[in-house]
Amino acid sequence: MQFGLSESQQMLKDNARKFFAGECPMEEVRRLMETETAYDQTLWEKMAEQGYTGIIFSEEYGGVGLGKVELALLMEESGRALLPGPFFSTVALAGAVIDAVASPEHQKKYLAPTCAGDARSTVAFLEANASWNPSEIQIAAANGALTGEKLFVPDAAVADFIVVIARNGIFAVASKASGMRITPMLGMDLTRKLYRIEFQNTPAEKIGDISALAKGFDIATTALVCELVGGMQRTLDITVEYAKMRKQFGKPIGMFQAVQHQCADMYLETESSRSAAYYAAWALEENAPDASVAVSIAKMYASDAARSVGNRGIQVHGGMGFTWENDVHLYYRRAKSSETAFGDSTFHRERIARLVIDADERLAKSA
Amino acid sequence: MDLNLTADETKFRDELRTWLEANVPKDWGEWREKPLEESFPYLRAWQRKLYEGGWAAVSWPKEFGGRSATLMEQSLFWEEMARVEAPPMANSLGLGLIGPTIIAYGTDEQKKRFIPKILSAEEIWCQGFSEPNAGSDLASLQTEARLDGDHYIVNGQKVWTSYGWIGDWCELVVRTDPNVPKHKGLSVLLIDMKSLGVEVRPLKQMTGESEFNEIFFRDVRVPVANLLGKVNDGWNVAVSTLMYERGSYGARLHLLFKRNINRLIELSHKFQKNGHPAAQDPITREKLAQCYAEIEIMRWNQLRAFSRITATGVPGPEGSIQKIFWSELNQRVQQIAQEIFGPYGQLLAGDKNAVDNGIWSYGYLRTRGNTIEAGTSEVQRNIIGHFVLGLPRSY
Repeated sequence: MQFGLSESQQMLKDNARKFFAGECPMEEVRRLMETETAYDQTLWEKMAEQGYTGIIFSEEYGGVGLGKVELALLMEESGRALLPGPFFSTVALAGAVIDAVASPEHQKKYLAPTCAGDARSTVAFLEANASWNPSEIQIAAANGALTGEKLFVPDAAVADFIVVIARNGIFAVASKASGMRITPMLGMDLTRKLYRIEFQNTPAEKIGDISALAKGFDIATTALVCELVGGMQRTLDITVEYAKMRKQFGKPIGMFQAVQHQCADMYLETESSRSAAYYAAWALEENAPDASVAVSIAKMYASDAARSVGNRGIQVHGGMGFTWENDVHLYYRRAKSSETAFGDSTFHRERIARLVIDADERLAKSA
Repeated sequence: MDLNLTADETKFRDELRTWLEANVPKDWGEWREKPLEESFPYLRAWQRKLYEGGWAAVSWPKEFGGRSATLMEQSLFWEEMARVEAPPMANSLGLGLIGPTIIAYGTDEQKKRFIPKILSAEEIWCQGFSEPNAGSDLASLQTEARLDGDHYIVNGQKVWTSYGWIGDWCELVVRTDPNVPKHKGLSVLLIDMKSLGVEVRPLKQMTGESEFNEIFFRDVRVPVANLLGKVNDGWNVAVSTLMYERGSYGARLHLLFKRNINRLIELSHKFQKNGHPAAQDPITREKLAQCYAEIEIMRWNQLRAFSRITATGVPGPEGSIQKIFWSELNQRVQQIAQEIFGPYGQLLAGDKNAVDNGIWSYGYLRTRGNTIEAGTSEVQRNIIGHFVLGLPRSY
């Protein structure tokens, strides 16, 4: 039993860190977040060259064929870099869903251009009721076309196709399809833009059943948790550096226990989130019986931990933490968006309760 | 990353499982609730049996009677022991902390003299570290050892000594040089508890029981041959014992916590809250799920730490997150238990309406000690701040 990274996993992680530091430093993040879509074509092409856009997909489609743990490590590093643009939406979300639900024919159609870096994509799930429960979805396809509204769709404006979750199946809609109107929603996170999509008799291709969605969403959720872990680590690093450098009362503020203990708690929350994220990724890769519980544990814990790490990070920075120029708030904004995505901690505590507490009762009754 | 057992680990587990099935006592349930004074001979006999089977100290090197087990195997050992509900071992401090320290720092004579009897539980060990004026600031301790020919003369007082009442020997940290900075004047002595001038008194704690003792030393003569490690190098010896304390504890705790939360979930279907079972109360459900989740994370943190130690060779200060994590979590588990049981939660052992014969009311009080014993949460946060994050020392 070995719960550390293998040599090749460590290498992938180190290379990703170098890649993002070189190609997408904070100045670039700040430039992109001021643009309409936070997307850069050149950066995307470079990521495709690295194999990142095909990391978990079959070599048959031009992918790299690596596992969920490798995806986790890549997401951790992209989270650390606060990578703007549709990488998560395309690879860890739409790609993972297609991989989980679609026929080989549809997989090839949609994943091959994804791997090649020629197509970006996303998933449209939430509606006005903002429920992550698939049974509460209203929109349904009729005669191969969709009518209705989806909200909070990440990166929709740069997507070449959109995977739409409807009552009666999972559909792919081309970006140029008729009757579709995409308008920005003004989200707090400036690096991952959110959109409202209205469908009016929009042609849609059915690619799978809603019953197979859970596996794809578990992968996306775990990837997002890993991204949060990368952001937490960066927030911790920036904060500790500042606490060593900033002097008040003639001493570095990191010498004061009231400050130091905040940093220690940030470390505890970050490391514990990382343990949960890695375990969930491994459990998904192995199809372990506790995989779904593990995903919910990770999302539950990291959703709260990321907010807490951000709160502490801003507080330790004092006045500097409240300025626009300090980077901590950029991670804090991303953390809020990710906290609610795929269900916040309350949602996942209830999911754990159903899987663990209610299952216990059923077991007791059948005994 | 591979959380499946290796072939070696499977072999280790299967061999242990077979041995335990044949040897674990079946009547531990009848002894469990009795005071330790009564059950101690029983626990001693159980350790003796483990010793004869070669299972008393799996973590120790083979040449000293262990199995040179990896951390993962040690973790499997405690898992299997918990699975069959095996009794604890009588000489737990000797096996877990003091034996490894003697192996690391002792002379050949000391190893030969002490190690076999630690394993067989013939000699029970206790640990004399804390003093009334030296808790978190352990290095400020005042118990003094003055050299007199080939003996040290020891005077002073220790507190919070587990197993003091039954201890045959004690690993004692003393001040051998009062004229140098506090960390540099300490030494470790191995003291025969039957020596003239040693007095052991029970220390009654807030739970009403006496797990711990106070020990008084008045002109106690200790042969120089019983110095462990070099004179005035006692701080390093003591710190290495404390590192073992943080390392070996976690694997066992996880299984205990898991059993607690499973029992609590079971009980949450029976106790009513606002007219329906507590398990259906939205807030209680959330709190139970949160604890269940954190107990799992506690294990994953532990496995990651084990892998890191296996890679780097030494337990690091990162272990400090585990101490904070489990101790604060354990208090929250007990708090939820109280919320589920309502007025029944306060009932002590002996009351016919007490839940599980009072283990939860006891646990509620006992867990307050968790964030204090083996390094307070405050000290753990100092360790993380300074040694892990590299912040300037705050004290």
